[in-house]
Amino acid sequence: MKFGVVTFPGANCDYDAYAAVKFVLGEQVEFLWHKSHDLMGSDVVILPGGFAYGDYLRAGAIARFSPIMDKVITFARSGGTVMGICNGFQVLTECGLLPGALIRNRHLRFSCKFVHLRVENNTARFSNACRVGEVLKIPIAHGEGSYYHFDDEVRKLEDNGQVVFRYVDVEGNVTDEANPNGSINNIAGIVNTEGNVLGMMPHPERAVENILGSEDGLRVLESVRSVVTRSNLAGKA
Amino acid sequence: MSDSKKATVYVRLKDGVLDPQGVTIHKALMQMGYGDFLAVRSGKFFELEIKGDSADIDRKIDEVCAKLLSNPVIENYTVEKPQ
Repeated sequence: MKFGVVTFPGANCDYDAYAAVKFVLGEQVEFLWHKSHDLMGSDVVILPGGFAYGDYLRAGAIARFSPIMDKVITFARSGGTVMGICNGFQVLTECGLLPGALIRNRHLRFSCKFVHLRVENNTARFSNACRVGEVLKIPIAHGEGSYYHFDDEVRKLEDNGQVVFRYVDVEGNVTDEANPNGSINNIAGIVNTEGNVLGMMPHPERAVENILGSEDGLRVLESVRSVVTRSNLAGKA
Repeated sequence: MSDSKKATVYVRLKDGVLDPQGVTIHKALMQMGYGDFLAVRSGKFFELEIKGDSADIDRKIDEVCAKLLSNPVIENYTVEKPQ
């Protein structure tokens, strides 16, 4: 199977994602240039973290109009697996593949630290290698990561089980202190209704080896691999 | 002589969306002794210059406001029409 990592001008986690997939997960991976119109046969597309187009206007607002995004949107709408990490999550909300918006952290500071995430749903193709209620240690690095949506839309997300990861304390309790940015309901990561598009503010690709402080992020990549490999095998059978 | 027209677009956060920047500015005002100021909301404005002969100017301005300049989940916009 093959991963594609989109490189926007101003992306700064594209190499992290590339290295995590290639050297730790051990799968094929290609960079996808923002001006390209070709996903190079990717089974999974990663929109990485960074400051695409300088985050001018709003984070992700300009990146979502880059040529490669037309292809990513078509790929996602036809069921393709897409994961947006940090800035990539912001791009996915701006282009409408995921609901809601990411707004300025409530304390206004850029926050770069390890946080704890509770797995809320392990039926998603991004979390099936985890147990429900399991706590993962994964870092965040953002200034605009406060998840926001209208109350009734948030209720729909919760009712549909679209909230995959939530900020918690080390014991797995949802507390205000454990919420690093003011996200509604401590939401850290969501999927679309079809379950093939994930957005999360924390960086799983930065937590793939113990020398980095945690290898919990690998579970996210392993989840994706197991589902996509299975569907590829089914397609060939 | 210029044949361009100008429009001004104001983008504001919707009511109920937390504006930490506005809150921080308000706190600074309180510290400066301006206790009469009850609240601050921050926003953005854009000056657009548009070719004078372009057809459907109003529709096009609305289009760019909705597609790019604002995010309808969190923001509203108002336009001061071209003169």
